[in-house]
Amino acid sequence: MVAETAPRAGHNAAWYPIATSDDLPFRHVYHGQLLGQEMAVWRADDGHVNAWENRCLHRGVRLSIGINEGAELKCQYHGWRYANRTAGCTYIPAHPADAPARRISNRTYRVMEADGLVWSTLSPDTPFALPPVDGEKLALRPIPVNASPEMVLTALVHARRSGSDVEALPPLGAGLELADLPGHPARFFVQPVDAARAVIRGIVARPAGDPLPLLRQFDDVLEALREVIEADAARVELPEPIVPVYQPVSVELSSMPPITIGAQNTLRVVVRRKFPAGADIVGLELGALEGHLPTFQPGAHIDLHLPNGLVRQYSLTNGPGEQLSYVIGVKREPTPGSGSQAVHEVVREGDVVAISEPRNNFPLRRDARKTLFIAGGIGITPLLAMAKALEAQGLAYGFELFARSDAHIPFPDDVGRLGARVNRHLGLDPGATSAAIGRIVANPGFAEQIYVCGPGPFLELVREEAAAAGWPESAVHFEYFKNLKPRDSSKSFKVELARSALSLDVPAGKSILAVLRDNGVNGPASCEQGACGTCLTRVLDGEIDHQDVYLNEAEKREGKVMMTCVSRARSTRLVLDI
Amino acid sequence: MSTTPSAAVLNLWYPISAGEDAKPGQRRSTVLLDQGLNYERGADGGLTVWRATDGATALPVIERYGFIWTSLGTPPAELFPIPEYAESDRFNICAGSIGVNVSAPRAIENFLDMGHFPYVHTGILGEEPHTEVKEYDVEISGERDEVLATRCRFFQPQAALSASEGIEVEYVYRVPHPYVAVLYKSCPAQPSRMDVIAIFCQPMGEEMVRAHLMLSMLDDVNTLTSMRRFQQTIFGQDRPILENQYPKKLPLDPRAETPIRADKSAIAYRRWLSQKGINYGVIPEAA
Repeated sequence: MVAETAPRAGHNAAWYPIATSDDLPFRHVYHGQLLGQEMAVWRADDGHVNAWENRCLHRGVRLSIGINEGAELKCQYHGWRYANRTAGCTYIPAHPADAPARRISNRTYRVMEADGLVWSTLSPDTPFALPPVDGEKLALRPIPVNASPEMVLTALVHARRSGSDVEALPPLGAGLELADLPGHPARFFVQPVDAARAVIRGIVARPAGDPLPLLRQFDDVLEALREVIEADAARVELPEPIVPVYQPVSVELSSMPPITIGAQNTLRVVVRRKFPAGADIVGLELGALEGHLPTFQPGAHIDLHLPNGLVRQYSLTNGPGEQLSYVIGVKREPTPGSGSQAVHEVVREGDVVAISEPRNNFPLRRDARKTLFIAGGIGITPLLAMAKALEAQGLAYGFELFARSDAHIPFPDDVGRLGARVNRHLGLDPGATSAAIGRIVANPGFAEQIYVCGPGPFLELVREEAAAAGWPESAVHFEYFKNLKPRDSSKSFKVELARSALSLDVPAGKSILAVLRDNGVNGPASCEQGACGTCLTRVLDGEIDHQDVYLNEAEKREGKVMMTCVSRARSTRLVLDI
Repeated sequence: MSTTPSAAVLNLWYPISAGEDAKPGQRRSTVLLDQGLNYERGADGGLTVWRATDGATALPVIERYGFIWTSLGTPPAELFPIPEYAESDRFNICAGSIGVNVSAPRAIENFLDMGHFPYVHTGILGEEPHTEVKEYDVEISGERDEVLATRCRFFQPQAALSASEGIEVEYVYRVPHPYVAVLYKSCPAQPSRMDVIAIFCQPMGEEMVRAHLMLSMLDDVNTLTSMRRFQQTIFGQDRPILENQYPKKLPLDPRAETPIRADKSAIAYRRWLSQKGINYGVIPEAA
């Protein structure tokens, strides 16, 4: 005789309990399973419960043996880090100088926590609907049973008090009163672990006083029931285990080297909070309209589309795993009509604005013995995110902050939380600043790194002082928001537009972008100096003369995309995907 | 459910035991590719291997690199070369045979991998924050039909007993056989030569392997016991990781997992297995 076997159609779409809330203590990772799919279930320090496919996308090692670091889960095998909520990979230690492709993301399952149980589903869209009951609940100890889930449910219904009602809680639940425990109605939910493995989970009304005696009574009764069910199950042929389905990774990640720049996706966010963050600085908290925002890495920035049509880049200040909103800082610049004026004067709380997905041209190495952050004024923003990441990992760093006065310190609350690590250098004139920086960088060490951000002259000063002190160029990291590099537009060449079947001459002294415009081909553009990435265009053939500061070295080497505002051709012709 | 091994699999030589463990007149048994085998060393030192189900037919047998090798098909005349083994001043050691619940190709891939040193062999072969896998070269050598990774360098906290500070150690990896990997490691005592560490995998089943370790060392400082203990510590650290890999068979579909530049050797290895028609212990690429 063959028992009723694999869960019927529709079961995959339902919600089932996969754990009790108590299974997820501080910084633990719980190994769950639902319908043959293993899950790594963990609670982040912010309370959010994550249920992920139980394998690291790199080499398939179970993430349930990974390390819960509070805001990120770290794989035991190669230390890859995955962010709370998004399951996006934020760091690959084997390549500390690279920002991981942000699309490396584990499969996540939806999670609900209700009445002391943690629920999940394999469905992407079935709404969670547990009929509510009044009063405080108590989750029973789970009872694993080696039998098909349907057998277990049938046995539970048979074990009810004779003649009593059953509240159907489809697909595998029942509210009933056990014959051996009269007076204690309970809701039972059978977790279909696999085709022939189940867990009985249940909820009862919390008794007044110590709940332990009641829990023990349920244990005894359900253990006895389990023995009966397993004895029955031993007499039938049990179904084969369900073959788990693992989604293949995307094509772009499966080839090497996986450096890919997607289209410049914009997303809409709401201004949750606009707050003073130091003299002349406002902070903006940009929240997801629903769910969470894309994974970011420390050092990443977003493009913010402003009401006056400008697009400006701002670094994220968030700590690891903070995926519900991005926090940026904007300093008021005196120029009328500037991006910062629009932020200060026009943008209000509750506004919906467009931003790009985060992009990281300023990746943080975490393989340094010590990391030295040097911030000039509002340049602190990416370095705050970096310091928070190192702080969370317990890695050594120093933080040197230059500002005009105490009142000018940006994000004073965040700076305060970094504590005594921050050395403040306030109100120094250029000479004193130069001397202070000279002292800071005086002793380069093996496997130490400098990250600097601030106004152009400040950045140049740090680079010069560091070079003079003997720091290798590769150990001093900075990011351009302006393209200060000398540009050469002396060469003329031809561009062919593959999709528009146009062939255009680009003369010396004129950009590709300008030539395109002259011929009625209008694409998006913003800074027009090779710094913002808005005019990114795919190149199908020809050798590119990159003159921007937006693409990183690997992307430039790969030669698949270019910035039409400043970059040109080394070959006599370029074929663009326009 | 187990796969029928392809000719490419059946015709390989497989290690089944350290030679020194087979004492004359003592019948021993083991499992290879889901088949029970018996073997015995005769009084003259010669070896006989036969299927547990067929006592009448002797299987091919050779003894190389300290281990006994057999085949269930028609093996090549000779095993892959490890010329260093014959150098007279080396210490050649059978450093242990360890059972692991994983496929042989997963075990080989782990042996080729440097990125896990700081996380799995913390304080021995690697140490945070020194996690970078620097660029290295990989080729599939047509002449010898093997995967070859050269110029591999990794920071090692204590490369030798004589070293007090961490140094960058240089490695060369060879995969001369689908289930064998040979590692050459720079030896602080003799900079011009390299220590050799080999892993010879005996796939007992598709998801169960016995890994035989062979050392050919220039070092005469360490005792036999300490060298064995060292290798077994390292392998003991790898084992819980290997046994938690899913799936246990090595997926050859490039879209099954996410390679990075540090995985160049593994990518070449997977491609090479596909090309050779290896179907045992792997999940072949869908046609």
